This record gives sequence, structure tokens and C-alpha cells, in this order.
Amino acid sequence: MSAPCCCGKSPEPSCCPAAESVRVLTPDWSAADIWGMWRARVGFGRMSYGVAPGLYAMGEPTADSPVLVTANYKLTVDVLRRELGGRKLWILVLDTANVNVWCAAGKGTFGTTELVQRIAATQLAEKVAHRRLILPQLGAPGVAAHEVKKLSGFGVVYGPVRAADLPAFLDSGEQATPAMRRVDFPLKDRLVLTPMELHHSLRPILLVTLALAFLPALWHGLAAGLQGFGLRGVLAALVGWLGGCVLGPALLPWLPGRAFWVKGAWLGVALALLLALTGVARGLIPILGCVLWFGAGVSFLLMNFTGCTTFTSLSGAKAEVKMLPAQIAGVVIGLLLWSTDWWM
Amino acid sequence: MRYLSNVVTLRLDEAACIGCGRCPEVCPHAVFVVEDRKARIVDRDACMECGACVRNCPVGAISVVAGAGCVAGLLGGVLGLKSECCCSEERGCE
Repeated sequence: MSAPCCCGKSPEPSCCPAAESVRVLTPDWSAADIWGMWRARVGFGRMSYGVAPGLYAMGEPTADSPVLVTANYKLTVDVLRRELGGRKLWILVLDTANVNVWCAAGKGTFGTTELVQRIAATQLAEKVAHRRLILPQLGAPGVAAHEVKKLSGFGVVYGPVRAADLPAFLDSGEQATPAMRRVDFPLKDRLVLTPMELHHSLRPILLVTLALAFLPALWHGLAAGLQGFGLRGVLAALVGWLGGCVLGPALLPWLPGRAFWVKGAWLGVALALLLALTGVARGLIPILGCVLWFGAGVSFLLMNFTGCTTFTSLSGAKAEVKMLPAQIAGVVIGLLLWSTDWWM
Repeated sequence: MRYLSNVVTLRLDEAACIGCGRCPEVCPHAVFVVEDRKARIVDRDACMECGACVRNCPVGAISVVAGAGCVAGLLGGVLGLKSECCCSEERGCE
């Protein structure tokens, strides 16, 4: 039967791929998969870490086997297939530009249009007798289930948030417990984001550290300046960087306050007082200055962690960003006060 | 973990609601329950404004100003930087 163009665009033969052969996925991870995961987590080659979109098979599925939908970020696909050993399933991989389900859904690439087009392009309706798709729950910000039904004839069921819950979900007749639908932010999930936080703040922190290291040289001459205050500045920047990017996220639930700028300020003040004990600042004014610029600096760094969480709202972020002028002022004034023990 | 109170833009028009059950199905923070064929907001401050409920309500009974709760993205927007958030093309998250 000659089908109308399956990609839904102009009726050009070239835009309709020949019936795609279905590639096979297994649940096993190779050493390359493990290495690839670590590289992606740290941020190397992250945006090119993808698989080809299309229809895949696990365990020789039949026309009655369920269809799971996912994104084409390779880590997403790898985590999904790892949980599905011993099952017969179709896996429909959408083109999300190598981005995971939740982020892609927020951006719209894991979306109604892409899903409907991918169903057509893979001729899914000819491979399965049923008309049900199981989508990851976190795809919902980008997918309108009722529109998918109208446009493709396939109904959408939202499966659990985590792939690890899929076996229980599938075995229970596609029933999700409330726990399967909740997203938390436990320590492990917070820590796994810290390499990226370090990676992306590295350049600004290096600039700040260089400024701190060389600024005293303007007063005292290069050698004396670098030797005296410069190393303290480097140490302080390092502690602040690790504090804002690693310690803050790790201690998040235990830092006082709801707003991240508040949590960061408390952590910064605590770190500054600890540093002051090591002689990084001497005298009341310099110590106060250290406390001020650390409090403001770590406050800013932790405020920037909001985008990595699973629970902060846009409205909250808009409220928090108003603290930026105070944070900048705090860093500048704090540095000035701290530096008073250079010339006294 | 709880975020700020009384800031989110989430609104539910209970009169328009048909009790289909999609909103509790898609919400990652259990903001809604459906009882007696009507949805209710039971934890507004847990809402992260992801927009999943709005997108999946077949009768448009829910509204929210959806977006990423990301200060870096807001700052980037102000400074005219390309990356919208940590989930941008240049800067993937996770």
C-alpha cells in the first residue's frame, strides 16, 4: 500500500524513509556505556551523547507488546533499557537533540509534535495492534496526551518517573503508586550534579581568583603582593568555589531558610569564620569584610543551583534574583574591607 | 524539601474541571487530588510551575506561568546570553 508521506511534511518521496528496520536494544551495559556516562556527567561531549531516534525492539516484541517512549539522550536510553531485562517491548526514541526527558519536555522537544511525527515516521501503527503508548511522567510538560490521541490515534498513559519503577508498573497492570509519581531530590541526585556546577563556574571563579591574586600586587609590588595576600585570595576563592558548588548542594536540606540565596549566605558566613581561624583575615574589619564577601559570594553561587533542582519554581527564581545587586555590593564592599589589613 | 511560600502562579478553575484525573497523573509533587469527579489543589506551595498539568488538562481548567526555576537562566536572559538555563543547548544538565 502506498502511504501518504509518513513524515507529515510535503509529499516528497525523499522525506519518507523506507520502512526502517528496527534496531535491537539489550539491557546490558558495556564498558563504553559506563565510561560514556561518567564523561557525560562531568560535561565532556555531553551534547553529542545521543542515539538515533526511531523505533527499537527489546526481547523480540510482538504486535501486542507495550510501547515505551523516551528521549534520545544516550544516558536516558541506557538507564531505561537497563531496567527492562527479560521483557518484550517496543521503545520509541524521540529526537530531543540528545537532551533528557524532563529538560526536553520543558523546552518542548519532547513534545506532542515530535511524538506524533515519530509515530508516523516509524510506521508504529503497522507494528502494533494496540493503540497505547507509555510515556515517562516527566515528559508531560511537553506532551498534551489528548492531542496525541486526536492526531495519531494512540492513547497516552504516563508511567512512573523513574525507569527503575517500570518493572513494578508494568507487572501491576500499569498501576502507578503515589511514590512512583513523586520527584524528590535526595543527596545522591544532588551530588551527581556537582561536577557540572564546578565545570560551569570554573571560568568566572578563575577570573575572580586571578583578580584576588594580582590586586594586592598593585599596592605592594608583584612579588610581595603575590606572596602575602595573593595566596590567601586563592585559598579563599577555592573554599568559596567548593562551598558554593559542592558543599551547598550537599547540605541543601539542612541549611537554614527556604530561599537558596539565604542558604548560601549562611554557608558563606560559616566558611568565612572557619577561614578566619586560619589567619586568612586578621583584625576585626578584615574579618567582617571576609564574612561579608563570602556570605554574598556563596549566596550567589548557591542561588545559581536553583536551575538544577527538581522543585524550584520560576516565580521563586524571579523573587530570588532580586538579591543580585545586594550580592554584588556585598562582594565588593567585603573585599574592600578585607583588604584593609594590606596597608595598615 | 520545600521552596518559597505563596509565590506560584498556579490557578485551577474548579467549575471547568471534568475530573479526568490527568493532573494528579502528571504532577511530580502531588499538588492535586481528584475526589468526587473534581480536582483540587492540596499543596500549592509544592508546585514548581513545570506546566505538565496545564498541558494535559483537556478542558484548559488550569493555568500557570510555566518555566524553569532557574536563576542562572534569568540572569542569562538579562545579560543577553544565549543559554537560557542549565538545560540549554550549550549546557546540558544531568
